[in-house]
Formats: sequence, C-alpha cells, structure tokens
Amino acid sequence: MNNQNFVDEDETLFRPIYHTGKGFYAFAAALAAIVLFGIFMYIRQLIFGLGVTGMNEPVSWGFYIISFVFFIGISHAGTLISAILRLSKAEWRRPITRMAEVITGIVLLIGGLHPIIDLGRPDRILHIFERGRLQSPLLWDVTSITAYFTASTIYLYLPLIPDIALLRDRGGRFHKIYEILSWGYEGTEKQKHVLERAINILMVMVIPIAVSVHTVISWIFSMTLQPGWHSTIFGPYFVVGAIYSGIAALIIVMIAFRKAYHLQDYLKEIHFRYLGTLLLVMSLLWFYFTFAEYLTTFYGHEPPEMRVFLYKFVGNYSFFFWLMVVCNFIIPVVFLSNKKLKTIGGILFTSIAVVLGMWLERLIIIVPSMANPRLPYPTGIYVPSLTEISLLLAATAAFVLGFMGFSKLFPLVSIWEIKEGREQSVKTVSERLHEYLPSKGHIRNEIV
Amino acid sequence: MPRYGMVIDLNKCNQCEACVTACKLENNVQIVSKENAEMGRVMQWMKMLTTNHEGNYPEIRPVSLPVFCVQCDDPPCIKVCPVRATYKRDDGIVAQIYPQCIGCRYCMANCPYTVKVFNWYKDEQPVEYEKCYNTDVSVRPKGIVEKCTFCIHRLQKAKEKSKAEHRKMQEEDYVTACTEVCPAHAIHFGDLDDPNSHVSKLMNDYRKFTLQEELGTEPKVYYLSEKSQ
Repeated sequence: MNNQNFVDEDETLFRPIYHTGKGFYAFAAALAAIVLFGIFMYIRQLIFGLGVTGMNEPVSWGFYIISFVFFIGISHAGTLISAILRLSKAEWRRPITRMAEVITGIVLLIGGLHPIIDLGRPDRILHIFERGRLQSPLLWDVTSITAYFTASTIYLYLPLIPDIALLRDRGGRFHKIYEILSWGYEGTEKQKHVLERAINILMVMVIPIAVSVHTVISWIFSMTLQPGWHSTIFGPYFVVGAIYSGIAALIIVMIAFRKAYHLQDYLKEIHFRYLGTLLLVMSLLWFYFTFAEYLTTFYGHEPPEMRVFLYKFVGNYSFFFWLMVVCNFIIPVVFLSNKKLKTIGGILFTSIAVVLGMWLERLIIIVPSMANPRLPYPTGIYVPSLTEISLLLAATAAFVLGFMGFSKLFPLVSIWEIKEGREQSVKTVSERLHEYLPSKGHIRNEIV
Repeated sequence: MPRYGMVIDLNKCNQCEACVTACKLENNVQIVSKENAEMGRVMQWMKMLTTNHEGNYPEIRPVSLPVFCVQCDDPPCIKVCPVRATYKRDDGIVAQIYPQCIGCRYCMANCPYTVKVFNWYKDEQPVEYEKCYNTDVSVRPKGIVEKCTFCIHRLQKAKEKSKAEHRKMQEEDYVTACTEVCPAHAIHFGDLDDPNSHVSKLMNDYRKFTLQEELGTEPKVYYLSEKSQ
C-alpha cells in the first residue's frame, strides 16, 4: 500500500506514457513527413549519384560531414554530462540525467548515419570491415563511435531498469515488453546493489570513451595536411565544442518537454540556472580555444594558412564567422552572466543561439579549408542543394521524433532516482557535508 | 625495380594543352555536362594551373603549368584511405583500385595538390563518345575517386610485348600519353633510378624543382624552369 502512494506522488512522470493528446499526433505526423521527404531525397541521391548535392571540386565535403560532426557533438550532451554529474554526486542531476542519455543514443544513430549518406558507393560499405585499414582515421572513427554507442546505450538502459519495473507493475499497453526489459527487477537490496555497481563502473568508463569520440572526429581533419585543419589543438577544441553544443541542445530539449509534459515541478528554474552556468563556462572555454587557434595561425602567417584565415575573417565566409562569434560568445556571455537576463526564456534563447553557432563552427572549419587549396587554384564555391538541406532537416526531425517516441514508452525523468533523492539524499548529503567541515571539538582543541 | 618519374621543362612548354586533351582521351576520363562544369565538376586528370601573369595590360598572358598527380613517394592520400583503394606500387606509381573505392573522398581532402577527381554522376557524355573509348582502360562508375596513374595500362602492355618478343623492356616501350603527344618535347618520362635514362640525366639540371617541396611528400614529377613558378 505504501508503494502505491509513492507512485501517485510522481504521477506526472507516468502521465505522458498513458495519455497522448491530439497535438502530439499532429506534430509527430508533421515530423514524419519531413523525415519521409528526406528519405525520398536520399533514394534519389542513391539513384543519380552524389551529383545531386552541391559538392564539387575542391569542396568535396559539405553538409553531410558538417552534420556528422555536429550531431556527434550534440551526443556529448548526454552521457558525458550525466556521467560527470553522477560522478561528482551533484544532487541536482536527478531529473536531468535520463534526458541527457536519451539525446546521446538517438543523436549518435543519426550522426553515425551521415558518413554513410556521404559515401559515393554506400553499397560497398562492408569493405570497411572486410579490408579496412586501421591506419586510416576513418576506421578509428568507426571504432570509437561504435564503442561509444554501445557504452552509452547500456548506460541509458541500466538506470532505466527500475523504472521499467515500475511500469511493468502498473500493467497497460506494453506490459509484455516491460516484463522482458525489466529482467525481473524487484528492487531487492541485492539487485539494487548490483545495479548501482554496474552504473558506477559504466559511468567511469563512458567518460574516456566520450572524450575519445570527438577527439578522433577532430583527427579526421587534423591528420590531413590541409591549411586550417592541421592543428594539434583540434582534439580538445572539438571536445569542448561538442560538450558546449551538447549542453545547449539538452537545455532546449528540457525546456520543450517541460512545457509539453508539465514537468515544472521536476525541472525547476534552478536546474536551468545551474546548466546555464555550465554553458557559460563552456562558452568561455570555447572562446579561449578559438582565440588560441586563430591567433597562432595569424601570427605564423603562412601563405596557405592565411588564405583560409582571410577567407573566414574578411572573405566570403566572414558573415558566417562573425555570426558564429556572436552566437557562441557574445550572446552567452551577455545573457548568462547577467542575473536579469538569466531567466528560462533567456537561457532558451542562448541555447538556440549556441546550437546554431556550433553548427556554423563546423561549417567554418570544413568548407573554407576545402575551398582554398594549397596550390593557387581558383577559390571553390559551395552552395548546398535541396537534397542536402532536406536531409539536414530530416535528421533534425528524426531526432525530435525519436525523442518523442521514447517519451511514450519510458519516463523522461528517472522516477526511482527522484524517489531515492527524496528518501535518502537529504540525509546522506547532510552527513557528507558534516564530513567536509571541521568538527567543533577539533577546533576547540587547536585553540586551547 | 624501376622508379618511374617525370620531368617537365617549363621553358619549353608553350601551354598548348595537348597533354590535357591526350590524357582525357587516353584514360576515358568522363566529359561532364555544361551545368556540372560550371559547378566546378570538370573531370581532368591533368589540368593547367595558372600561377602568374606576364606582360602589361592589355597584353597580358597567363603563365600556367600542367598539374596532375605528382606520384608522391610519401603520398598523403594512401595514408588516409580506409579501404586500401589507393596504394603505392613497388615501381613508385600511386595506383587506384576502382572496385575497392567506397567514395568517402578522404583522399581528395588530404591531397595537397588537389588533383584527384570524383565521379559525381553516371556517364553524362553523348553515346557517340563511347566509340572513341580506349579499350585498355576501364570506365569508372559513378561515386568513386580517380586520378592520373602514369598510364599504367601502357606499362602492362609494354611488359607483355617485351616478354612476347623475348627481350628486356626498353625505355621507349613505356611512355605516358602526355609525353608522347607533347609537340614541344617538354615532358619526359622514364625510370628515375636508372642512371642512363633520359629523365635521370635531366634531373641534374639546376632549374629542377617540385611542387610544394616543403610538405615532404617527395613528388616524382619534377619541373624545370628558370623562374620558380
């Protein structure tokens, strides 16, 4: 009987699973239409060849590779943030971790598809496994992304088990699925202990894997000899950018679903203010890396490097470059360091700006270097075609659709962790706090 | 084992582009439609790169040099290929395996000379052109990368011919199409390791330089010029 009461307490979190409004279906249908159009355009590309894109020579990598780097970057929101917050025992993480982990899973699937979309001969994709060369950074990528996907899906699944058990006990539509997925979890002491241990091991493992993923993606570029790419700073620079865009995407998703599913009691303003501070820190870090990267290029003044540099700063891409600086640095610093502007609306605006800015950053890293070859060829021009734009939209729509689908099967906020927080954390945190502080008797002895 | 290379005397070159045309015909390089050409998808294994302009306005004339795969001894393209679709042969030629290429275009991104070309579309050229195909060279399908191979099919032919005639392969047996066609005799091709070959004698010229020597890719295509281009 006691248990039943607790379930009622968090009824808001169960509600989206059992009640679906008309608005949901309409929105999902619109998104599905965008995804289907994207699939249609991709099939068209399969039939006619990559000629239907805007890519050419020398700009032989375009929107697809940008999307690849961008979406994999977003994926760092998740697992990394959730693992770091769990590891540092930040109590405010409880309602956030689940959403962060879901983002990772979905976005990794979408991002990982992009290099395949970009292939001229996707029918030969198995050559990578059959006769892959491990010396190629592309193979490192395949390896680390697969490892990351595996680790982060398990990391999403494990903390989900107690919630699936709760859903199983309630019965309903997907009773059978929940029964299989919950692995007979009953919440006994032993099961809790094993689960906790598994989560602890995974969260430590997931951090280096996540860092490796975006480092390796940056190495695709920095291992080449191209001006603007061949830089030692790229590994950490990409990781910082990835976490940065990831937090921003997480905030957008949280605010959207907070409104849609009435989660105001769980995702309070304080959560967004904490995440906002994290975003501000990442913004400053990002600016530091960007500044260091471009200052060294400018000071060295090598002609091929300068050609790319000027193309970004004053040339054709200057609009995008300065828009990126505004989105990624000026807006976050103004909005997040000012108490009056650091409201949920302000943080949402900043996050949208950051996601846009980070997409522009990928564009600015990839296209200008390709458009300005080392030899004095004419500067390349890249205009994305309808195919590339619709596939970008389809990827974004697929992400939202995936998230919506997940929210109809599982709770978006970890119910058992909220309960655990309510029941135990107040006690454990105050105990922990006492551990940090010097004991009164100790001080007295010193003075005497 | 020979080490094939090329020496191009730019002081002899009159920029007639006969080599560009010969290369295109010899290797069945696709002719793309006008719209694609305007988008920057012209397929040329060998192209003229304008580096400078001579004279005073209005009598200026561009100074160009033929640029194609320089057959690096330390090629950046083969390092990054995920499926070994491009590799360096023992005789130094950087070759392509067309059926193996997955079309990721990583080699294009890493080529500091920007000489690799991609088949963006299926055959766009008029059907009549098929009659002019060189039957020794395979026609590449859409979606893969290709580049100059030093007319590797000619090497194959020369080897077979000399074997059939029970003699050693001579220097004249294997020449590339561009060398053969050059009216100014500016392009020389041969074995760089053979001290008696024509090219290795030309290598001693003080005018010798390679493109982007500073990158350490060690190209096997040398240029000779009074003025550095």
